[in-house]
Amino acid sequence: MTEPKKDELKKIPAGTELTVFCPHCHQGLGQYDPKTGKTWFRLHVKSGAAEGELFLSPVMEDFSKHSTIDLPDGTVVKDLSCPFCRTSIVEKEGHCGICDSPVARLMVLAHSKLIPFFICTKVGCPWHGITKADEQRIKPKVPRQKVPAQDALLRIRNFQEVPYGFTRELALAEAARCLECKNAKCRTGCPVEIDIPAFVKLIKEGKFVEAAQKIKEKNALPAICGRVCPQEDQCEKVCIVGLKDEPVAIGSLERFAADMERETGAVTLPKKAPPTGKKIAIVGSGPSGLTLAADMVVKGHSVTVFEALHKPGGVLVYGIPEFRLPKTIVDGEINYLRRLGVKIEVNALIGKMYDADDLKKLGYDAVFLGVGAGLPVFMNLPGENLCNIFSANEYLTRINLMKAYAYPDYDTPAPKGRQVVVIGAGNVAMDCARNALRMGSREVTVVYRRSRGEMPARKEEIDHAEEEGIKFRLMTNPVKFVGDNQRWLRQVECVQMKLGEPDASGRPRPIPIAGSNFLIEADLAIIAVGAGPNPVVFSGFPGVVREPNGYIRTIGPSGRTSQRGVWAGGDIATGSSTVISAMGCARKAGNDIHEFLTGNGKNWN
Amino acid sequence: MYPIIDRQELAKGTMVLITVEAPQIAAKIKPGQFVVLRVNETGERIPLTVAYKDLSHGTITIIFMIVGKSTALLGSLKTGDAIKDLVGPLGAVEEFTNVGTVVGIGGGSGVAVLHHLLQGYAAAGNKVIGIMGSREKDLLILEDEMKGLCQQLIVTTDDGSYGMHGLVTDALKTLVEREKPEPIGLVVAVGPLVMMRSVCQQTKLYNLKTIVSLNPVMVDATGMCGACRVSAGGKTKFACVDGPHFDGHEVDFDELIHRNNMYVRDEKTSILHSIRAK
Repeated sequence: MTEPKKDELKKIPAGTELTVFCPHCHQGLGQYDPKTGKTWFRLHVKSGAAEGELFLSPVMEDFSKHSTIDLPDGTVVKDLSCPFCRTSIVEKEGHCGICDSPVARLMVLAHSKLIPFFICTKVGCPWHGITKADEQRIKPKVPRQKVPAQDALLRIRNFQEVPYGFTRELALAEAARCLECKNAKCRTGCPVEIDIPAFVKLIKEGKFVEAAQKIKEKNALPAICGRVCPQEDQCEKVCIVGLKDEPVAIGSLERFAADMERETGAVTLPKKAPPTGKKIAIVGSGPSGLTLAADMVVKGHSVTVFEALHKPGGVLVYGIPEFRLPKTIVDGEINYLRRLGVKIEVNALIGKMYDADDLKKLGYDAVFLGVGAGLPVFMNLPGENLCNIFSANEYLTRINLMKAYAYPDYDTPAPKGRQVVVIGAGNVAMDCARNALRMGSREVTVVYRRSRGEMPARKEEIDHAEEEGIKFRLMTNPVKFVGDNQRWLRQVECVQMKLGEPDASGRPRPIPIAGSNFLIEADLAIIAVGAGPNPVVFSGFPGVVREPNGYIRTIGPSGRTSQRGVWAGGDIATGSSTVISAMGCARKAGNDIHEFLTGNGKNWN
Repeated sequence: MYPIIDRQELAKGTMVLITVEAPQIAAKIKPGQFVVLRVNETGERIPLTVAYKDLSHGTITIIFMIVGKSTALLGSLKTGDAIKDLVGPLGAVEEFTNVGTVVGIGGGSGVAVLHHLLQGYAAAGNKVIGIMGSREKDLLILEDEMKGLCQQLIVTTDDGSYGMHGLVTDALKTLVEREKPEPIGLVVAVGPLVMMRSVCQQTKLYNLKTIVSLNPVMVDATGMCGACRVSAGGKTKFACVDGPHFDGHEVDFDELIHRNNMYVRDEKTSILHSIRAK
């Protein structure tokens, strides 16, 4: 920092009312006080054990102040920080031109731009101002970098991934937007607590592989999470930059780091703890199972993952489409787990092939049930079993897992339709609609009973679907499927809805408008209105108590079930949720399993 | 990989018997349950009901009719070849209770499944009467095994080339109306959908409880996709987890027949494609 000199401090005329901002998060610090009629600016202050707020006059050359803690004149405040991002504003190098105390940095709006502004940290010292050198260093604001993506007209003819991801240059520019907040909010927004500021800083420094390794300390599957996490509701939602501007594109940066690591062949294995001699059976190879497997194998346990289908990955391989999550990425992550020493047994339907007793006999000390929410929900409408009406699960499984998009090179046929109706508006519905378009359907319509604001899908998915030409019929609900004499679907009878009072979910309750029935021509319908718990596994685990809605009852956040030695996590415990929330469950269960297997606490309840 | 240790052609080569090494499945599977297999990397997942198991050798035996691309592919494997994926046991476990007399009716490759089920009923102490039918004499399978299991066995052929001339329903009619055996506690029917539908229409008249084993299209067969949904008793059921056995009087056979024909056109495409590829 340039040493501020007294003669440079006269640029803002006395009596000017300043608008003051935090230099880190750019949040306005002004707080209106009706008693004085002035907008004071507020700072967080810590002096000894006392902690409180300090209000300073915003008027140039007016040095009045008050605070919630006792601050006698002459006190040098060492800890002065922004009340929003809690980043310290005390400068390491600069010193006051009068009393030589350290100075604190703020931003003020002057000369039509934001410029640095310094005040002395010694209470009562009138020194303050800006320097010319600092003014010159004010950087132009960098907007959030856009992720290049395949053109909509092109991509509806292929199954390749839609966003290409950041280039090196874009990633560097985007990472530079991060403020490196000391009390980083983004980290608290992440269910697995990735050290986001640290990995973004590494990207900023061009250390891409190190950035990926930093993420992997907390998240074994960054290439997947960077693609499918709802960052806008998690880390990016609370990003400090996002208060005044668009938040840092944390998700795209995560994906970039993971892709760089994989593409440059720099994937290294973390150090494993010495073998503990304990065996863990993980049921289900979806996001929670894979995360837990990685955590446990690193801690020295022997881990086997059981998968009922012929390919590991769970929803990542049967549900999420290729154009959103390329299967080579999933394969890469699974190979990484295999290299770590995780055993994966496919075609193993737990509950039928092995039950809890069998697993015990095979020497497993702990069992984790992470079987997901794999039961399709139907609507119980007349005509629902007509030909060419599918659950989203079946439609997606045929296309993704069974590779029906490559039919007839692959033997499994895909349902075809010229006019397709998709019912529901979550991410799965968007996946179905966009898949249908890529399978050559002429017209794809999403039918949803509430309004746009209530659509549960991620905004990015809805935007992508709309760009691709998917139609939306909102405030519309199907009541009946109409078929021909060969029992093939021909039309969907719908009713117009209106929104009423909020229901149990907090969303406005959709109410049918009597007599508003109409027909939509359709020769293929996909029902994507949610998923439930698949009960197959429970025939082998009679001791695991379930909630009335069929999901597993767990004791506290550790994921312990009512059966000793059996944990559960992910959708089967929480109900349908996201990839990252399942991973968060797995992390917590993993800590508890490790504790249980190696610690002294053997009490179950 | 699951090695095939025995392969035989039955019924003029239209039906194939394979015995596969799968000790864990053999240890758990019960009569009437099925497996899903995928022959190779590009293959479909197809459900097939198990005809026998051999615990000492850790094998299961499947008898299937060649009807399309995937069964043809499976039928083309030789002893020593292997199946890529095999998962099981699937389906609900049937409870075999003693009801007195059980009449088992089988058609086509369904006789293999019926035989396994009747083993279960015989073991539960039932008297077992068998009716099995086919188009012609050469398409009959497992006649000796059925004879060994049933107190009485009626064989029918559509063309009269062997046994009774007629359909299995004719045999059932003769049995119930003319021979009047001891009270029949249960009828079990396994075979083509049209046959099972006819049997159920008839047993409804006689007021005889009838169990059928259904074979809808399946993908994962673990209750995940709903491809196999069947209307039974006015409710939608999943044949893979709620079945494959249902009360035949509750099943909407017309709907199921249409649903099972959904991929007829694709089946032709598949076969043509595989011929061209050769």
